[in-house]
Amino acid sequence: MKTPILRAGALAAFLAAPVQGFAADVIEAGEKQATNWTAIVMFAGFVILTLFITKWAAAKTKSASDFYTAGGGITGFQNGLAIAGDYMSAASFLGISAAVMVSGYDGLIYSIGFLVGWPILTFLMAERLRNLGKFTFADVAAFRFAQTPIRVFAASGTLIVVAFYLIAQMVGAGSLIELLFGLDYWIAVVVVGVLMMVYVLFGGMTATTWVQIIKACLLLAGATFMAFMVMYHYGFSPEAMFADAVRVKTDLAAAKPDTTPEAAAAAGQAIMGPGTFIKDPISAISFGMALMFGTAGLPHILMRFFTVPSAKEARKSVMWATTWIGYFYLLTFIIGFGAITFVLTNPGFLGADGLLVGGNNMAAVHLAKAVGGNVFLGFISAVAFATILAVVAGLTLSGASAVSHDLYATVIKGGKADSASELRVSRITTICLGIVAVILGIAFQKQNIAFMVSLAFAVAASANFPVLFMSVLWKDCTTKGAVVGGFLGLISSVVLTVLSPSVWEATLGYPKGSAPFPYTSPALFSMVLAFLGIWIVSKMDNSARARIDRAGFLPQQVRSETGIGASEASAH
Amino acid sequence: MEASLAERIAADPNYQKLKSERSRFGWTLTIAMLVVYYGFVLLIAFDKDVLAARMGSGVMTWGIPIGFGVIIFTILVTGIYVRRANSEFDELSEKIKREALK
Repeated sequence: MKTPILRAGALAAFLAAPVQGFAADVIEAGEKQATNWTAIVMFAGFVILTLFITKWAAAKTKSASDFYTAGGGITGFQNGLAIAGDYMSAASFLGISAAVMVSGYDGLIYSIGFLVGWPILTFLMAERLRNLGKFTFADVAAFRFAQTPIRVFAASGTLIVVAFYLIAQMVGAGSLIELLFGLDYWIAVVVVGVLMMVYVLFGGMTATTWVQIIKACLLLAGATFMAFMVMYHYGFSPEAMFADAVRVKTDLAAAKPDTTPEAAAAAGQAIMGPGTFIKDPISAISFGMALMFGTAGLPHILMRFFTVPSAKEARKSVMWATTWIGYFYLLTFIIGFGAITFVLTNPGFLGADGLLVGGNNMAAVHLAKAVGGNVFLGFISAVAFATILAVVAGLTLSGASAVSHDLYATVIKGGKADSASELRVSRITTICLGIVAVILGIAFQKQNIAFMVSLAFAVAASANFPVLFMSVLWKDCTTKGAVVGGFLGLISSVVLTVLSPSVWEATLGYPKGSAPFPYTSPALFSMVLAFLGIWIVSKMDNSARARIDRAGFLPQQVRSETGIGASEASAH
Repeated sequence: MEASLAERIAADPNYQKLKSERSRFGWTLTIAMLVVYYGFVLLIAFDKDVLAARMGSGVMTWGIPIGFGVIIFTILVTGIYVRRANSEFDELSEKIKREALK
């Protein structure tokens, strides 16, 4: 057994419970499992299917538009599934069901945070994005502004979000696959890196979209089956399921020495209400803001709105995405309770120490075996692997488009790059990103990187979202204001995260309680700073450029509201 | 888009109507979502016992239907917006397009 504590840190980072204390509940050490052949065969089936799709997609990927947006020919329903596939990570599936198993209701509070950003994105951004943009969210943010500074800012915001999200996924992929499949960590990371490069390189957005759609269907089907089996066992009575779970938790508490029956009963009933997840109101609000507005600033999610032909389809996409993601979180809650009653009571899933074999994150995996036997266990393991692939492919594509479309084609070539050379640069970037992701994935294996996904959300909420929001909705916003405010949000969210307990104490190793910034998320402060920066600098801006920026608002608004002049789907 | 076309469209009463109605509708629903979510979070931050209180004689607490309710509300409110935007607002913008491009 290799350094379980360090490996557990890596897995916890991936499972990304960004809230201190809560993360500690989720982290468990895991031992490498025996090679799981059923899972490997099923996963091989998934890979063969997706490679065929990639081959088909490659024949259709001729221009930059095909590469970035699948030619704009994805329907709203397909895109909704693809968005759900992009968003429902292995972290949400395994991490949230484990959190529910450990602390019950707190897991539900956590998952709700990941859902509530979607309506905001629908009401304020989705159709405007579709009407103004072409390939990246920078197209929208820079619509009426000086191109170079805004593109440089947007590419920085994109690459920071993508880098942290990608490293967290790679490290998690390695740890998780080591656990599920019994493969070595580095092999798992290389397999993920190579497959993701193949999808993106040859199949572009078309292949990435279909990988995400297939993965979303498999994950939703698997989770539905598990939740159904749990509810079936209890005759579809939630009260019966909850009562049984409370009884299990009460018995577990009573088995500890020096526990009175009253204390044990209270510990059992505690899973039915909020526990320690939300502590002070400022952390609660700040963390909620990062999740809510971060969703509306994630570049790989925003990019998906350019793959549909019209604003109508863009709206349908978020409608479907929200429905599937919400449904999925309801399922994970039932799965977590199922894990309490089926897994925690079954000695076959517990080690000599009374803890779950492989750690708490294996809750859903063990439940899969309990309700569906070895074949279903293999299926769920393969789905977890497929899930990681779909998420990293979307991230890589988004990072590649920021470099090739925003930096190369617009900043370096002044908007005069031809489609073929832009496409070449995106492919080179994809290879570079893939190699960097594999190297960093291996380098960060033993680091505590629990902060990375929450940092990605904080940067998306504090840098990308304010600039996008103000450029689209506020007529007096200027280039200078957007750039200054955007960078203020970007820098402050990164610096405050470093000074917060999750990096200062957990990663850098300073003593507990010494973190200069005591809250779990910087978003409340860094978002206010970004909006204030944009507002004050724009108000004070009297340059010639500012006059052009303000004069550009009316045509931009007319296009964003009506879609007149919006880029059409390419003909195929 | 040319500035003259943009000004012509901006003067169209249908455009004015689309812009103000959609903006009012979008912001109303946004505020509703913010109130529901931050209300839920602050309720937990200030008084955990409300959600931990049992509903009846069983183990079921008020927190479960309220938490599920927040999820259902999120899906519903998105659906309500998309339904109206894809019918009423899209018809209006079609009208504006026909008017502007004839």
